[in-house]
Amino acid sequence: MIEAAGPNLSGQDAPSGENGVRPEAESGWLARLRDGDASAFEWLVREHGGRLLSVARRFLRDEEDARDAVQETFLSAYRSIGDFAGGSRLSTWLHRIVINACLMRLRTRRRKPEERIDDLLPRFAADGHQENHPTLWWEGSAEAMIERSQTRAIVRQAIDRLSDPYRTVLLLRDIEEISTGEAARLLGVTENAVKIRLHRARQALRTLLEPHFREPER
Amino acid sequence: MLDRPYITCQELIDFLHLYLDGELAAERAEEFDRHLSVCDSCVAYIDTYKTTVLLGRAAFRDPAAPVGPEVPEELVAAILAAQRRGE
Repeated sequence: MIEAAGPNLSGQDAPSGENGVRPEAESGWLARLRDGDASAFEWLVREHGGRLLSVARRFLRDEEDARDAVQETFLSAYRSIGDFAGGSRLSTWLHRIVINACLMRLRTRRRKPEERIDDLLPRFAADGHQENHPTLWWEGSAEAMIERSQTRAIVRQAIDRLSDPYRTVLLLRDIEEISTGEAARLLGVTENAVKIRLHRARQALRTLLEPHFREPER
Repeated sequence: MLDRPYITCQELIDFLHLYLDGELAAERAEEFDRHLSVCDSCVAYIDTYKTTVLLGRAAFRDPAAPVGPEVPEELVAAILAAQRRGE
């Protein structure tokens, strides 16, 4: 099964060890945040800002936009800290807010020229056979490939080439480990639409990666 | 014994995500298995598709990076200033 068992942002906690703060220490910071303590707010920004900026950069691919999204996230969190019931970690709650901020920016942003997804999907002959006859990739196991920083750079660049609707769902599901249901809610589409879009995004990513990793012809 | 036709590569690949996630009815999944028993191209496609998923998931992880990415100081300052202004 490929389906990731990642955290559901509606209720479950982020993976342990995501930041260095133990839950019992976090409750102390939370109380101070609710009291409007300025130093607690600064702690929140310094503790979580780097990770949120990394998330925003992945979605928005523009440094200024990413920083703006992070700023919006913290200001929104500050305004609504009274609504945070504490049922999940602060990091999980902030993660949801920054993703929302990024998705809203993507909806209103003018689209850059992108590759059409149809051009990256597999092609079939009239009888339903694959036209391209794929072969196994020659670089060995995925685990060995992942260890190389060059591989990760190639994959990131390929993800960046996907058009926004497909790149976004790939980031939500495979990178941010958001459940299908939560992704559907965030994107305002059905769960089936998320699944189809994710499948197409993965197919397109595979097409983009193949020239880099396929076994050379002998 | 009548040999029923195999599903096509297109039928398999179009619904590959359901097959890999175990969401196909048993009879349908058997048709996919049957096709894969005779189609090296689709076996290779699935292998590279799975590798793609793993590569995608790991693309933004850097084992050599320090734990906890830094937030630029100017961004911290901008956020704190905006909060003081009541934005």
